[in-house]
Amino acid sequence: MDLQTVWFVAVAVLWTGFLLLEGFDFGVAALLPVLGRRTADRHLMLRSIGPLWDGNEVWLITAAGAVFAAFPGWYATWLPALYLPFVLVLFGLIVRAVAFEWRHSHHTDRWDTTWTHVITGGSLIAALGIGAALGATTLGLPIDADGNRVGGAFAGVGWPAVLGGVAVLSFSLVHGAVFLALKTDGPVRLAARRFARRWSPVAALPLLLWAGIVQLQDGTAVTAVLWLVAALAVLVTWARVRVDREGQAFAAWAVVLLASAATIFGSVYPVVVPSTIDSAFDVTISDASVSDYTLTVMTWAAGVGLPVVLAYQAWTYWVFRQRLTAEPETPEAAEQVPA
Amino acid sequence: MDVLDIARWQFGITTVYHFMMVPLTIGLGILVAVMHTMWVRTDKPEWLRMTRFWGRIYLINFVLGVATGLVQEFQFGLAWSEYSRFVGDVFGALLALEALLAFFLESTFLGLWIFGWGRIPKKVHLATLWAAVIGSVVSAYFIIAANSWMQHPVGVVTDDATGRPVQVDFFAVLSNNTAVAAFSHTIVAALMVAGAALVGIGLWHLRRRTLAGAPTTDVDHGVWRRSVRLGGYVSVAAFLLTAVTGDYQAKLMYQQQPLKMSSAEALCETEAPAPFSIFAFSKFGSQECDDVHSWTVPYLLSYLAHGDFSTAVPGVNDLQAEYEEAYGATYPDDPSYGDLAGEPIDYTPLLAVTYWNFRLMIGMGMVSAGVGAHALWATRRGRVPTSPVAVYGSLLAIGAPFVANASGWIFTEMGRQPFVVYPNPDVPRADQVYFFTAQAVSPGVSAGEVLTSLITLTAVYGALAVVELWLLVRFVRGGVTAGDGAPTPGHTPEGTPDDDLPGGRDGGREKPDDVLSFAY
Repeated sequence: MDLQTVWFVAVAVLWTGFLLLEGFDFGVAALLPVLGRRTADRHLMLRSIGPLWDGNEVWLITAAGAVFAAFPGWYATWLPALYLPFVLVLFGLIVRAVAFEWRHSHHTDRWDTTWTHVITGGSLIAALGIGAALGATTLGLPIDADGNRVGGAFAGVGWPAVLGGVAVLSFSLVHGAVFLALKTDGPVRLAARRFARRWSPVAALPLLLWAGIVQLQDGTAVTAVLWLVAALAVLVTWARVRVDREGQAFAAWAVVLLASAATIFGSVYPVVVPSTIDSAFDVTISDASVSDYTLTVMTWAAGVGLPVVLAYQAWTYWVFRQRLTAEPETPEAAEQVPA
Repeated sequence: MDVLDIARWQFGITTVYHFMMVPLTIGLGILVAVMHTMWVRTDKPEWLRMTRFWGRIYLINFVLGVATGLVQEFQFGLAWSEYSRFVGDVFGALLALEALLAFFLESTFLGLWIFGWGRIPKKVHLATLWAAVIGSVVSAYFIIAANSWMQHPVGVVTDDATGRPVQVDFFAVLSNNTAVAAFSHTIVAALMVAGAALVGIGLWHLRRRTLAGAPTTDVDHGVWRRSVRLGGYVSVAAFLLTAVTGDYQAKLMYQQQPLKMSSAEALCETEAPAPFSIFAFSKFGSQECDDVHSWTVPYLLSYLAHGDFSTAVPGVNDLQAEYEEAYGATYPDDPSYGDLAGEPIDYTPLLAVTYWNFRLMIGMGMVSAGVGAHALWATRRGRVPTSPVAVYGSLLAIGAPFVANASGWIFTEMGRQPFVVYPNPDVPRADQVYFFTAQAVSPGVSAGEVLTSLITLTAVYGALAVVELWLLVRFVRGGVTAGDGAPTPGHTPEGTPDDDLPGGRDGGREKPDDVLSFAY
């Protein structure tokens, strides 16, 4: 494999890793009003992702950084073409991040409710927006020969963006529910199980549709098999969640994402931004890439750095591995525990 | 305004705002790690309470730095796509390595530190904070290496086909002398920010306690007293180090970007020996150097620039002519230069901006050092200053090093205009890599889009600043959450961390006064 291909794979792995990890905290945040009926339940849900979301979000920063570092031509085409949608994503991520931290810096019910809503809203915007951006860069953007967007500010938001946005959000919702079923106990666990049982077969459809379209356009036999694996994993998830095997359901649902993402990235390779105007304007990895020297430097750095990162992130998940339960909602307890 | 101006304002506003959080995160992170270390070593309760109080401020501030940092990374692609294409072979790699090698470390271990009280062994828990702090310092190095490459591009050759720089020596980029100078200067400046916060807030609490007749023997008195003493020493020492590192950086800049430095002095004509300007005034809005009247100290500038009292320092007028000859008197008549195509090039940065930001940086640094020295004197041998002027003045002076940091960066960045990548004079003219700011903006993005994001981000940032300040003031006024004198995190299991925790983190360990563990 040449280095450009290695880095295409690396970028695909980073985006997939980001969706796999941040996906469940997006999902938990989006499900707060659905599964967290009582205040104590919402607090439990937030506690389940509290130590993890920030580390998960670094995957986004690294994935975007890797696109810039390895394929500046991709970065410089993709981002300006979706200028305002990306600004909206940034807005969602900013308010969500401060809400996580500030929510417990002041103790009134209104303050708590407000920032909880902000976490939900910001996560919804971010999940939809990042999905839209990934949908657009794999299914097509209206770009001309210079990589500039043709049309107005929202010309980049066509059906590919909508499909990508819906796919990432609906995947995240079930991902969050299965995570909660695995990670918590009590009413939240039961509600999360019910949610996953009902919605897991449906929630994967947009993602499978996205992967299926890319497969039909540019896929190979290998990616076709991967697509079938993804479809099969949906059924496995559903079967496992019906018998309350939460760990297995979580693993199967992760396979849905991994196999779908592998189908999508495997099919579009070596194109990183397909043009909907003319396929002659497609941006490919060789158009967009930096020099082999720079790719070599980054390969060494990532080869040493990434295993270390994975090791200490895994350790974090190990430290915070316990199943959590809600604090009892009695007046005395409510006084002792800052809301 | 055209898209270039709006995009520049957006970059300026978002960057200066982001850099309100960054120095406090770096400086306070280091000091909180020192406090935590002192607690682990001595087991004295005041160090624990200091760790928890200042640690909370560190965290409230940290998250806003993370949130606004996202905008920084995406902005290069969104608004400055031609810049991103041009510098891609060098610049993107530094950002990606920052994320991979530093930011992961910082975020992951900070999460472990926040939620790790009572869950992981005491010394391992301390190590998680140090890992996070080291992450933020390494992160600063990569970002400054990226910025310094724009100031002084090294380690590259020009690709004949594309005209873009191609990286040939990554270690030259990492060991750029501009980066070494700017990094050391930035880190000590960050410590000044933290030192000023410790002094101002500590003195305010000491005075309030004294006026209320609180005992001077209890733990909380020790907390504030140690905070003031530590902050005072840090303020003074860090200021001396900013002077040393700043002097080194200035001498480099006289070689690398002489126009930036001569503009900072409003030195119009080449002079030997050159004088240092104390105060200057000009016709309002004039960019003509000869309109400037300056009160000066003779010989001093030659010394600052070259270390002797005789060497000539080139003036703005001569340098402008020199640059016009080397890089052209007008922008090429090419659409990639936008509205500036075919227009004359002003190689002199805005004189008023460079001149006054340079002085504001130095002046505010001196104010901060003076406040720190005063605090050390006023608290000598157990004294507590109660003069409202001194105490409220110190509280107000928390802002001084923030202003100094911001004005230093505004000076550095405005001072390299009209280039976004400044030509490196050590390289023969034909091989130089440089890029005008006018070429850098995204060509496919409309002024309306950038204006929309500028207004949105500014409004959001403004609202967040209000909430952040309100939270910080509220938290600071509340003081150390004292409680029982044997704070809960003191009980940290040394053996296996979690076998005895059936209910998870809510197994009765968290108390309302435990300011570092969050109850969700």
